[in-house]
Amino acid sequence: MIQTFFATFEREEDLLQAAEKARQQGLLVRDIYSPYPVHGTDRALGLRRSRLPRAAFVFGALGLALAFWFQFWVSAIDWPINVGGRPWNSLPAFVPVAFEMMVLCSGLGLALTWLVVCRLYPGKAPAQPLTGVTDDRFVLEVSSGEPGASATGADFEGIRRLFQDCNACAVEERGY
Amino acid sequence: MEEKLLQPDPPWILGNKSLAQVTRDVCAPLERRGSLLWWGAFLVSFSLLLLGIAAVTYQMFTGIGTWGLNRTVGWAFDITNFVFWIGIGHAGTLISAILFLFRQKWRNSINRSAEAMTIFAVICAGLFPVIHMGRAWLFYWIIPYPNERGSLWINFRSPLIWDFFAIFTYFLISLVFWYIGLVPDLATLRDRTRPGLYRRFLGFFSLGWNGSGRTWYRYEILYLLLAGLATPLVVSVHSVVSTDFAASLLPGWHTTLFPPYFVTGAIFSGLAMVLTLMLIARKTMHLEDYITPRHVGAMTKLVLATGSLVGLAYLTEVFTALYSGNTFEHANLVNRIGGPLAWGYWLMVACNVLVPQLFWFSRIRANLGLVFLLSILINVGMWFERFIIIVTSLERDFLPSSWADYAPTSIEIATLLGSFGLFLTCFLLFCRFLPMIAIAEVKGILVRRPEEAKP
Repeated sequence: MIQTFFATFEREEDLLQAAEKARQQGLLVRDIYSPYPVHGTDRALGLRRSRLPRAAFVFGALGLALAFWFQFWVSAIDWPINVGGRPWNSLPAFVPVAFEMMVLCSGLGLALTWLVVCRLYPGKAPAQPLTGVTDDRFVLEVSSGEPGASATGADFEGIRRLFQDCNACAVEERGY
Repeated sequence: MEEKLLQPDPPWILGNKSLAQVTRDVCAPLERRGSLLWWGAFLVSFSLLLLGIAAVTYQMFTGIGTWGLNRTVGWAFDITNFVFWIGIGHAGTLISAILFLFRQKWRNSINRSAEAMTIFAVICAGLFPVIHMGRAWLFYWIIPYPNERGSLWINFRSPLIWDFFAIFTYFLISLVFWYIGLVPDLATLRDRTRPGLYRRFLGFFSLGWNGSGRTWYRYEILYLLLAGLATPLVVSVHSVVSTDFAASLLPGWHTTLFPPYFVTGAIFSGLAMVLTLMLIARKTMHLEDYITPRHVGAMTKLVLATGSLVGLAYLTEVFTALYSGNTFEHANLVNRIGGPLAWGYWLMVACNVLVPQLFWFSRIRANLGLVFLLSILINVGMWFERFIIIVTSLERDFLPSSWADYAPTSIEIATLLGSFGLFLTCFLLFCRFLPMIAIAEVKGILVRRPEEAKP
């Protein structure tokens, strides 16, 4: 049986300290919830380096290549028009539009990738609603009894004591 | 003296706020009824907007002949307004993206409203070229789409097409940047709003945000990347706008100075507009603890720096015209500083070069009422800068037989007032329905981490 505990804190330092202690106890730190980005989240949750920059690069490169190709195709192949005696493939003149399209594709593609990766979409009901995390509370979510965690027979009392030592103002248990 | 130097700076957010207090303070203006002052301002702005709509409707049906343009001066008021508004927008991106990359914490109090200002200013700017097309309903011809005219494509070698792509990209990226920054705050508002239509609206747009650390982690990376993309973008946008002029052969326009000159001018004028709006907002929305005199001081220093750069650009223009040995450049310079619009040129020099120099004095920087007045003067000066650049180069061209003067008609003035109406109406609605200050970002700088407490 998987047991999940939610401990609420008032300060980010307490939250990070509690996360560290919980991990030492063999509990699985599942997530933290906070009103602003807490430094050290990636370490506390053991997140690997985000690959969003790569997505930005790929979308940007695609936008750049497409914009150059399209301008070349329009101006030199599909309907060449002599503008002030410039060559059909007047590459330097295509740079501004290609640059703008690179930024546009990179930015929009990146934002969409972020939505997909974070599973956010308009109209979604917030998962795991916790009171106060968008206001002034920091919540730590840990679980026990999962294959990865070694704590056996997680006792609620022990876990509560652990968190209360870190100034938790509430500890709650939710089953899945 | 030494004691004064050793005094630590006051914190960016005054009043030793708790996290919950920040939420309450920023949400308070959204949760009470609109003040009399707000309604008054809204009615004035909305009337201006209606005036603008009437003027635009009239000129759509009658034609561009309702303007004071003639065969010599083919661009005047509306391109001035276009460049003016697009320039205003640039300060918003400077504050939100460039200062973010430089880790300037003071931006956190003003970036939200500066970004909103950018978006509304770009909307105002975008309207003018569309109106100038005359047949605005054929606006979509500027988009390269397969069409029934044999697929006649647009001319990608034209700076006007570059301009369209630059403005369009700028608008969309600014909108995305602003919206992404807004999502956590929409969730904050959602969680404290009673069920109803407004709550449903907040629930829809807050994307199911629940403050999860995994989302925050990726959010910060996304924000950083968007800031990195917006920074070269903002430089490119006004550079491209300047090529509308620089790529022509007209004396006074055909110069390589234009891209940097336009970019610094844009940021300068935008910062002045941010100052104007912030000084009003902090008083009327009671945000004195968040937008402090120290913020205003930092902004005025940026105004001073960019204003000095603009002054340098004016000097360079004069020097280039004299040094070029080109008769036409020379004649253009003489016409600019001594011709029929010389009063406009000297007004522009006074407002853009002399006025910001007052910000060297800390007494003046600390006098918020005076800063407000000076910021308005800079706005006026920067509008005149664009007017002078555009009209003085056109009114006296190569052939004296085609020289002509230009004066705006009431329709053109009504359209300009209408664009201010649109801008202010949008901004006032934004103040009433969305958090003016980035709540999550301000909370992030409240905490004094031990490593930062050291001098």
